Amino acid sequence: MPEMTLIDAIRQGMDEELARDPNVFILGEDVGVRGGVFRATMGLFAKYGPERVMDSPLAEASIIGVGIGAAMYGFRPICEIQFADFIHPAFNQIINEAAKMCYRSNGDWTVPMVIRAPYGGGIGGGLYHSQSLEAFFTHTPGLKVVVPSNPRDARGLIKSAVRDPNPVLFFEPKKGYRLIKGEVPEGEYLVPIGQAAVSRPGTDVSVFAYGMMHYYTLQAAEKLSAEGISVEVVDLRTLYPVDRESILASVRKTGKALVVYEDNLTGGYGAEIAALIGELAFTDLDAPVRRLAGPDVPAVPFSHPLQDWFMLNPEKIASAIRDLSKY
Amino acid sequence: MPTKVIMPQLGESVVEGTVTRWMKKEGETILEFEALLEVNTDKVDTEIPSPASGTVLKLLVPDGMTVTAGTLLAWIGQPGEEIPAGDIGAALTAHSAPPAPRQSVTASAVPAVSPRSERDLGFISPVVARIARENQVDLQQVTGTGQGGRISRKDVLAFIETHPTTVASIPIWETPADGDLFRPTELMFKTAPTETSVLPVKGQGDQLIPHTTIRRSIAEHMLKSKTISPHVTTVMEVDLSRVVAHRSANKAAFAKDGANLTYTAYFMAAIVAALKVYPLVNSSWTDEGVLLHSAINIGMATSLGTDGLIVPVIKAADGLSLLALTRAVNDLAQRARDRKLLPDEVKGGTFTLTNHGISGSLFATPIINQPQCGILGVGVVQKRAVVINDAIAIRQMVYVSLTFDHRILDGASADWFLAKVVDVLQNWAEPGI
Repeated sequence: MPEMTLIDAIRQGMDEELARDPNVFILGEDVGVRGGVFRATMGLFAKYGPERVMDSPLAEASIIGVGIGAAMYGFRPICEIQFADFIHPAFNQIINEAAKMCYRSNGDWTVPMVIRAPYGGGIGGGLYHSQSLEAFFTHTPGLKVVVPSNPRDARGLIKSAVRDPNPVLFFEPKKGYRLIKGEVPEGEYLVPIGQAAVSRPGTDVSVFAYGMMHYYTLQAAEKLSAEGISVEVVDLRTLYPVDRESILASVRKTGKALVVYEDNLTGGYGAEIAALIGELAFTDLDAPVRRLAGPDVPAVPFSHPLQDWFMLNPEKIASAIRDLSKY
Repeated sequence: MPTKVIMPQLGESVVEGTVTRWMKKEGETILEFEALLEVNTDKVDTEIPSPASGTVLKLLVPDGMTVTAGTLLAWIGQPGEEIPAGDIGAALTAHSAPPAPRQSVTASAVPAVSPRSERDLGFISPVVARIARENQVDLQQVTGTGQGGRISRKDVLAFIETHPTTVASIPIWETPADGDLFRPTELMFKTAPTETSVLPVKGQGDQLIPHTTIRRSIAEHMLKSKTISPHVTTVMEVDLSRVVAHRSANKAAFAKDGANLTYTAYFMAAIVAALKVYPLVNSSWTDEGVLLHSAINIGMATSLGTDGLIVPVIKAADGLSLLALTRAVNDLAQRARDRKLLPDEVKGGTFTLTNHGISGSLFATPIINQPQCGILGVGVVQKRAVVINDAIAIRQMVYVSLTFDHRILDGASADWFLAKVVDVLQNWAEPGI
């Protein structure tokens, strides 16, 4: 199996879907001639032409609005929001139109679109290029929310997202675009939306994570195995609808749960996982469910020392797991 | 002004209690709600917390003495404080003792956490509690290696691994009433001093076992019940095949929810269903008329081994699913054996179930738990040859006997009720979890 980076796997998945289905097209800022600011769409403009890989104005509400209209008309748009931080102008389109269309038309109209958005900090991006926004969207039934953590899943999930009849938010950990490498199977395959994966089996503590934090958690688990602590790592992969069974099965096995997420602690997505475990696995718990997340400050700071203070890393995660294992 | 410590009434019909042990001596200091003494009644053993902080000024009742509820037991106050004159003399006579301060009685009725001076186990996590209960592990014996000596999931699992004998092999329902409820009174009360001519004579080598509180209480209740109600017993048999199948299909799922699914839960559910159809059975005789009870509270005769038996009550049993009934049965049976039932949990019953089958009894004629109208006895579940559509089949069969108060029910109305119990069990259709 060839090894590739996260961003190459995403690009390959989109390339295959463009080739497979003439209704698929890409829309976004600088996605065409320039190939995207992160080069996620590099080469696709040359291969498929300006009608399939379209540069848009700097207007997120219109990128999503155009995507919704096209999707209702039968197309399969992949809309790119250059940084997740810029998705807010399109919030109304996503929440009020895309998410509710199928429901309010009683199934007559659907919005089969993908919204790709690079998210997360640790790249010196400061306040407006570092945000993690998944919790806004996991609160909204009618949307699906997917966060890949490795190249294999990313390629299989982006293809499933394009084929899904619902609007899918596809958040990509931008710090991992070129940092995370992995083997990707050759040939056609899909990774289904709605299934978590046990990426590392263990017996002492279950850690639930996704995206970049999953990558760090695996490193923390590796480090802790040398100390005799057996960590089970569950990659959530899809945040909404979430795979309850995999989460509960892991907690039943270890009795201890830590949820790791990069977003601010309060009201972050991991709070939902913690609540789920508290409700449905209470009699399997041997310790309080714990969350490890970013501090409750308005944004990831630009100053590097402060950014390091904000961001989680394998050491901080290992320390939290160590504490919980001792409980 | 020093504070009085009064013997509380620890149950509906409990009129006396025995001071088993004083936990403080005269002159020692005590905090409010700290355990002061242990009391044993025919229904519960419990600790009595101190109604006030201060010094134990005077203990008026020695260890081992039985006194009536309301008796003044002790005085708590400041060192050197005078005890009001006149009150000491009243100590041992319940009726002349001044009424207890209401607050101290209610506080006393709630037993403190642990009756023995055992090690403080600290925080017990939900999973440790569940595993310990499912495997009947005494956590006092488990070494804790978690934070601050906490017993972790691993500790209790390791303990079970190394102590395989502690794993419960007997389901809770299979500890039956030991027969006291259905033994003929003539056998049971050979010594009842009704006629002087039948009084036994103590011969050479004969041994006298002094009566315990609970033994006296059982004797009194049984004899009284037989004189109050004209007892009649009717027996039917049930093909339990569907219940047996349902139980084996759902046992694992219930266990996952921390419940040990027993036949008792099914009998409870069947009784509830039948009582709803025939509310006359859920009643008590009064001189003014038959009192129909709106609540369905089912007592569950539970053996305490040679010590006797006790009947904890599942309150509002008609509001409970099979899972909830199972949990209630598990919980009450366990705490009955641990002597940890609260006074409220052994009163208020409107009907009683007694499961004598495990000791091999086919059917029995139990004695009514007054002031109820009926009691259902369950025999041993065993395979028997039965005739179905003129063919001989092997089925899981059980005899159920209903002893009822003939003042309230007649033979036919009692049989309708019992037939409904049979019908529910035989055509068991309730889903699992």
